[in-house]
Amino acid sequence: MANLQRVYVWELPVRLYHWVNALCVTVLAVTGFMIGRPFFPHIGGEAWQNYSFGWVRFVHFTAAFVFFFNFLGRIYWGFVGNEHARWHQFLPFGKGRLRRQAKEIGQVLRVDVLLAKDESIESVGHNALAGVTYFATFLVFLFQSLTGFGMYAAMSDAKLPRLFAWIVPLMGGDFAVRQWHHVFMWFFVVFSMVHVYLVFYHDYVEGRGVISSMAGGWKFVEKPKP
Amino acid sequence: MTKRPLSVWEHAQLKGYSRREFVQFCTWLAAAAGIEASAVGQVVHALETKARVPVVWFHFQECTCCSESFIRSSHPIVADILIDLISLDYTETLMAASGHQAEAALHESMTKHQGEYLMLVEGSVPTADGGVYCCIGGRTARDILVEAAAGAKAIVAWGSCASNGCIQAARPNPTDATPIHELVSGKPIINVPGCPPIGEVMAGTIVHLLTFGRIPQLDGLGRPLAFYSRRVHDTCYRRPNYDAGLFVESFDDENAKRGYCLYKVGCRGPVTYNACGVMRWNAGVSYPIQSGHGCIGCSEANFWDNGPFYQHLAGFPGFGIETTADDIGVAVGAATAAGIAVHAVTTNIRKRKLLEVRNEPAGPAPSAGEKR
Repeated sequence: MANLQRVYVWELPVRLYHWVNALCVTVLAVTGFMIGRPFFPHIGGEAWQNYSFGWVRFVHFTAAFVFFFNFLGRIYWGFVGNEHARWHQFLPFGKGRLRRQAKEIGQVLRVDVLLAKDESIESVGHNALAGVTYFATFLVFLFQSLTGFGMYAAMSDAKLPRLFAWIVPLMGGDFAVRQWHHVFMWFFVVFSMVHVYLVFYHDYVEGRGVISSMAGGWKFVEKPKP
Repeated sequence: MTKRPLSVWEHAQLKGYSRREFVQFCTWLAAAAGIEASAVGQVVHALETKARVPVVWFHFQECTCCSESFIRSSHPIVADILIDLISLDYTETLMAASGHQAEAALHESMTKHQGEYLMLVEGSVPTADGGVYCCIGGRTARDILVEAAAGAKAIVAWGSCASNGCIQAARPNPTDATPIHELVSGKPIINVPGCPPIGEVMAGTIVHLLTFGRIPQLDGLGRPLAFYSRRVHDTCYRRPNYDAGLFVESFDDENAKRGYCLYKVGCRGPVTYNACGVMRWNAGVSYPIQSGHGCIGCSEANFWDNGPFYQHLAGFPGFGIETTADDIGVAVGAATAAGIAVHAVTTNIRKRKLLEVRNEPAGPAPSAGEKR
């Protein structure tokens, strides 16, 4: 393995974003599910004796604000960060990027999903398919933020949620907004399963340190042939 | 010589009301419309100077529950509104005239008060097959609506039918029942949804229109903010149970008896904007939640399609009755887990050679493109 060299791929803000986001999404999905379908044990007593469901909602709303600003931070970093963090990793426009992207998506599908024996994938950071998938997650982040704050606006005087109040009439009322907000929670569940599996898979098959790259930022790539 | 129409105050004097009674009435109206005490003077002034407003009230695809609710409003009592404040020139269910006489009264009012009359609409308008599913006097509801709307000062869409289609617009909506705001443009339209709306809310909306001569402040869906700015959930007296996680699990359990929150048995309070929790029904006697039944969200669009009423999440269209997003989510999650398991096993078989390289300490790593 001597012909590998290490490359600094994920800068600190990207790593920080990743873990804050992972934490927020987990908390939001769990608390969100509890709000949508309360399953925690019946505590009993009188209503004045506890505020359990209120706390679940409080945690959900707090995590939502952290999630939202973390997301904004990542968008900002997409314009000032390094090559691997840039926006064109997700939206491959210009300079033949789109063609290269399409070609690599085909490669990734063959190698990772159909488990073809070989072909190496050029990308050091996100591979092409991952880039597109993450862009899709950004759209879902946006949708969850819009619908979440849209519902929150009705019970808040804060300025930020009020900016999203228009989504409720657009979707035809709170019920529809709530329903779709709930449906997309499942996207996060399925995404997380596949995402975590694929990271393990790549680390296992390629041995390029994908898992630890999100902790220290370093990946290993083959040295260019002399 | 044209006769100046009498103002509401002049009209009251003719009928023998005292000044004190008149001011009392104004204060009452102000309270009903959600106007604060300091603005009572404005109401008095408006009624002293303004003539009674001509009103035409149409009934299309509806069940008349809005009218029933309206005539039972207690504050201000409907008689006062009907007789003292407005001049109800046409309404199919309450007027004495019928047939040609009724049509004549309608047209007289519409021509005489062109651009001045208030148009109240109860019911949706069918648009399928040329609108044949609702005809009055040989004309389609759509025809009548468009003609009358052209000369109206403002339009009030009573109830869920006129505001969002209600039951006749529920899937599959065979008559293409359409709410008023989708058929009329260029006129101020106030939606007062509910099946029916609360009588006092209806009265309050009219009072606002009459006293100030302009439409009340509306939300994004065209509903008066005074009555529809808060969710039933926000004003529910059972809310503390919700915050404490105390839920009714089924209608016959101990928790139901204790009056816990009805969220888990499908209460739509958290997604429904209405004043039920504050104004209540039948002169403030009760409202559904107080009577032990969850809110069904009757003032929200598509509430018939968002069932079943007794579960919190709606059924998911296309997947059979009572299949929720969660059922589908679990199925997709399980399929994903199965896919991952298959993929993991296959990886170890298909990529065996590649993985074996690790066990050859000094061996060179195969480079890309090499046959393995």
